[in-house]
Amino acid sequence: MKPGSTCPAFGAFALSALMAGISVSAHAATIQILVTNLEFSPTEVSAKVGDTIEWVNKDPLAHTATAKDGDWDVMLPPKKSGSLVLKKAGTFAYYCRFHPNMKAALTVAP
Amino acid sequence: MFIRLSAAIAAITLLSSPALAQGAKLTDPQIAHIAYTAGVIDIAAAKQALAKTHNKEVKAFAEDMVRDHEAVNKQALDLVKKLKVTPEDNDTSKTLSKNAADERTKLSKLNGAAFDKAYVENEVAYHKAVDSALETQLIPSASNAELKSLLQTGLKIFQGHEQHAEHVLATLNQSVGHHK
Ligand SMILES: [Cu+2]
Repeated sequence: MKPGSTCPAFGAFALSALMAGISVSAHAATIQILVTNLEFSPTEVSAKVGDTIEWVNKDPLAHTATAKDGDWDVMLPPKKSGSLVLKKAGTFAYYCRFHPNMKAALTVAP
Repeated sequence: MFIRLSAAIAAITLLSSPALAQGAKLTDPQIAHIAYTAGVIDIAAAKQALAKTHNKEVKAFAEDMVRDHEAVNKQALDLVKKLKVTPEDNDTSKTLSKNAADERTKLSKLNGAAFDKAYVENEVAYHKAVDSALETQLIPSASNAELKSLLQTGLKIFQGHEQHAEHVLATLNQSVGHHK
C-alpha cells in the first residue's frame, strides 16, 4: 500500500474489530520504501503505529535504515529487503550508517 | 601532521596531474581506468587497515570500504565489457597509484592509535580528492550516458564514505581525549 493511501473499509472494519475485541492493528499496512542509487524513495513517509515499513534495497551495495536517535537499526543487504514494525508515534529522522549522506524521515501517527 | 600534509599533497597532485591540468578531455577508456583505480586503491588501503588495526570502528569502516568498492568495481567491469571499452592506463591513474603506494608505505610504519588516526585521516582526504575529481573532471568529461550515470553513483558512494570516515575520525579523537 502506498503511503497516504486511504482505506474505504476502515470505518466498518474498525467498528467490527472493536466489537469483536480484536486489535485495530489487524488493519496495519505495509509501506514500501525503495532504496536505489543511494537514495530512499520517497524520502518522507507517513504511517501509523502498527504499520510495517519495508525497505526494498535495489542497490548492489549494503545499506542500513538507522534511526538518528538510535531507536532502531535495520540492515538492508544488497538486493534484499529489511522491515520494521512501527511501535512509537513521532517523527523519526533516519539515515544509512554506511553512507550517512543517505537521509530520510518517517512520521508515525498514534 | 606529516600524514595529513602528505594526504593533502596527494589530493593536490591528483587534481593537478598533467592529464587534468591541461584541460585535455579525458576519453571514456581513460575515465573508466581512473574510476576503477580509485576503487582499487581504497580496497588496498582498507586491507592494510584490516591487517593492522585493533579498533572495532576502524575495522568495521575498512570492511565497508572493501565491500562497497568491490561491488562498484564489479559493476564498472560489467559496464566496460558491455560497452566494449578497454580501460586505458593514463597519467592520472599512474599518479593516483603511486601516491597511494607511498601512503601505504608510510602507514606501514605506524601502529595502534597512531595508525588508526592516520589511516582514517587519509581516508577523509582521499575521498574528498576523488569527490572533487569526479565532480569537476570525470563526470563532465564522460561521453557515454551509462558510464556517466555509474560515475554519478560512484560520487554519492565516495561522498557517503567521506562522511562515514569523518564520523569515525570524530570517535577516534574523542577516545584519544578520554584515555590520554
Ligand atoms: Cu548506504
